[in-house]
Amino acid sequence: MSAPFDLPTIWAGLIAVAILAYVVLDGFDLGIGVIFPFFEGKQQRDEAMNSVAPVWDGNETWLVLGGGGLLAAFPLAYAIVMPALYPLVIAMLLGLVFRGVAFEFRFRADTSAFLWDWAFFLGSLVAAFAQGVMLGALVQGIKISGRAYAGGWLDWLTPFSLLTGVALVCGYALLGATWLIYKTERGTQRQAFALAKPLAPLMLGLIAVVSLWTPFLNDAYWRLWFGFPGNLALAPLPLACGALGLWLIKLLADGEREIAPFLTAQALFLLCYIGIGISFYPYIVPRSVTIAAAAAPDASLSFLLAGAIVLIPIIFAYTGYAYYIFRGKVGQAGYH
Amino acid sequence: MHLAAVDLARMQFAFTVGFHIIFPAFSIGLASYLAVLDGLWNFTGRSVYLDLFNYWKKIFAINFGMGVVSGLVLSYEFGTNWSVFSDKTGPVIGPLMGYEVLTAFFLEAGFLGVMLFGEGRVSPKLRLFASCMVALGTAISAFWITAANSWMQTPQGFAINADGQFTPADWFAVIFNPSFPYRFIHMTLAAYLTTAFAVGAVAALHFLRGHRTPAVEKMFSMAMWMAVLVAPVQIMVGDQHGLNTLEYQPAKIAAIEGHFKTESGAPLILFGLPDAAAGRVNYAVQIPHLGALILTHDWNGSFRGLDAFPKENWPPVAIPFWSFRIMVGIGFAMLGLGLWGLYCRWRGALFKNVWLHRAALAMGPSGFVAIIAGWTTTETGRQPFTVYGLLTTAQSASPVQAPAVGASLAAFVVVYLALFGMGLYYMAKLMNRPPSPHEPADISGPSHAAGLTPAPGIAVSREAGR
Repeated sequence: MSAPFDLPTIWAGLIAVAILAYVVLDGFDLGIGVIFPFFEGKQQRDEAMNSVAPVWDGNETWLVLGGGGLLAAFPLAYAIVMPALYPLVIAMLLGLVFRGVAFEFRFRADTSAFLWDWAFFLGSLVAAFAQGVMLGALVQGIKISGRAYAGGWLDWLTPFSLLTGVALVCGYALLGATWLIYKTERGTQRQAFALAKPLAPLMLGLIAVVSLWTPFLNDAYWRLWFGFPGNLALAPLPLACGALGLWLIKLLADGEREIAPFLTAQALFLLCYIGIGISFYPYIVPRSVTIAAAAAPDASLSFLLAGAIVLIPIIFAYTGYAYYIFRGKVGQAGYH
Repeated sequence: MHLAAVDLARMQFAFTVGFHIIFPAFSIGLASYLAVLDGLWNFTGRSVYLDLFNYWKKIFAINFGMGVVSGLVLSYEFGTNWSVFSDKTGPVIGPLMGYEVLTAFFLEAGFLGVMLFGEGRVSPKLRLFASCMVALGTAISAFWITAANSWMQTPQGFAINADGQFTPADWFAVIFNPSFPYRFIHMTLAAYLTTAFAVGAVAALHFLRGHRTPAVEKMFSMAMWMAVLVAPVQIMVGDQHGLNTLEYQPAKIAAIEGHFKTESGAPLILFGLPDAAAGRVNYAVQIPHLGALILTHDWNGSFRGLDAFPKENWPPVAIPFWSFRIMVGIGFAMLGLGLWGLYCRWRGALFKNVWLHRAALAMGPSGFVAIIAGWTTTETGRQPFTVYGLLTTAQSASPVQAPAVGASLAAFVVVYLALFGMGLYYMAKLMNRPPSPHEPADISGPSHAAGLTPAPGIAVSREAGR
């Protein structure tokens, strides 16, 4: 083990933060795309789309920062993971391209608007599902030989990874529905409540299944989560997860609080993310390549870090400011 | 036909990067044009400049968005299709591209929204500052990306570690590698020329339809000034870039010139059909001694032909040979149109000469074609290497099977043609309408603009809150 705050660890932390920021921020707007067809008529759909219009593209910034950062800081991990997840990465990118231009074009089109509605839905669905399958594929492990991926182009395809794909789609849908509870009014909000109510227990169940399945994938996960006495230290995490999930179900059933369901759902995501991080550490490609082994030389890490520590906080501050400006209900014609 | 995964990966990269470069090239040029228009509006107060600013910024917004989306794909494609390259060169070019991402986001976050939505919401001076920062941001993006590309063409300032990775030894030497200054200036001027001809063509279109308004006259006049001033400079820079290439990548020059044999006093081959297998150019139309004169500045000078290099290190001769001629041909056509425009201006016929307008309209897309031809020349000319002389393209590819690469290539072609085709259609729709006096400042659509940041929305909501 190297010192706790050496450059590779700092960069691993930065990339973890970028990916978390991406999931927290882009998750709910992808989720809105996933549940888009359940909203009837132009008015509800406009309201749903306008609720994320000012912020969605900023949210995707973090995906580019994550990918770019991985290439610069951990080129070996980037070089192994991308070919291993090849069709998924391509599908995710095309999905994001589709929904991105759908945002731009839907408001410019006249007769073809319904096409962009479909593009928005399908693009979001494909991107969310691909991300979920990627997560499962990483957790179940990637076959490498030397410094390269050594598997086939469909090795990622397993029941486990398909399950994580479905789970992430449901999770994002839940985030999207709770966001709309917070951001919209009347019919749109009622519809968002109606969607969130079944999604919350469904997501909780999927988290439980994925969590219980993971230790069976690999001895190391088994020892980590079920080995005594280490499991006592980790036990609060699944317990907190369950408690939050039940609290969320109750909040939705009461139907009184508007922002609490969204924040609770996000907290649930955060706990899952921490759990995944604990399973990964100290590897960057689980069970194959450690953070230290994948890191670029210090000369590369320090050169880019100089810019990152100045610019990333500014981007964070700006993002926070934008959300502050756009607080409150969206209304039918955009924010007011 | 049987295609290996590496060939498919090359086709995919050529397709996606070729599509992508159109958008940032136009963004670089338009951003500077918009900054100039905003500056002229600030200092002269003439409304024609504001009308033109508002007209072109709507087109800029769509173009910028498409550049961002198509660029997102590229930042992952290095890993999916070129994983060995990513592993080996990541420590050097990764941080260069990382800086591109960071600076681009920072400048967009701060200034794009103010530039696009600032009208009536911030002071004209602050909006001008934002316009200048956006123009600067696009230039800085080009700086980092051409630095990364140039390092691959003329690598220096690196060491190689035990894992076979290129590692940075001297960042200054890495960034300011021998071909970088030439490539950066050549690319930036290309973006300016491309934009000038696109703007000129839109003006010409409206002249030909009988809309001879002050705004249309102004943009045609500015475009023609740019053409006559920048085209000759670009030709000189291109010549210098070629001499630099002769020094560092002589095989590329030999392929461009179609010189299979090393000789003194070599001719300049204007046209012909290069036959790499036979090692000659068939049906060559050539001017004696001119090739030597251009490249060595000596009537009887000598430079190496392809025979000086092992055949397995030859680039695919016919491609750079032809793409170079397309680029140079367009460059001289641009100069010709610029001089014609100058002549018409002198005779007072700049806004009346129908044939000049027809020619300007026809040359509207020429800059985009020249940029793609130029990049084709430099990228195929450095084959078979990705890092020149050190890492071959075949060694760079991912261990991914051909069906995966082929399927993704097909998906990219379908999606890009459909989606970016629509984007070009929306841009063409905007250009098809002449700028009006009191051109509206608002950009239709949701409460944000193209780009990657929430900043545009901030300006809107502030306005709505008043």
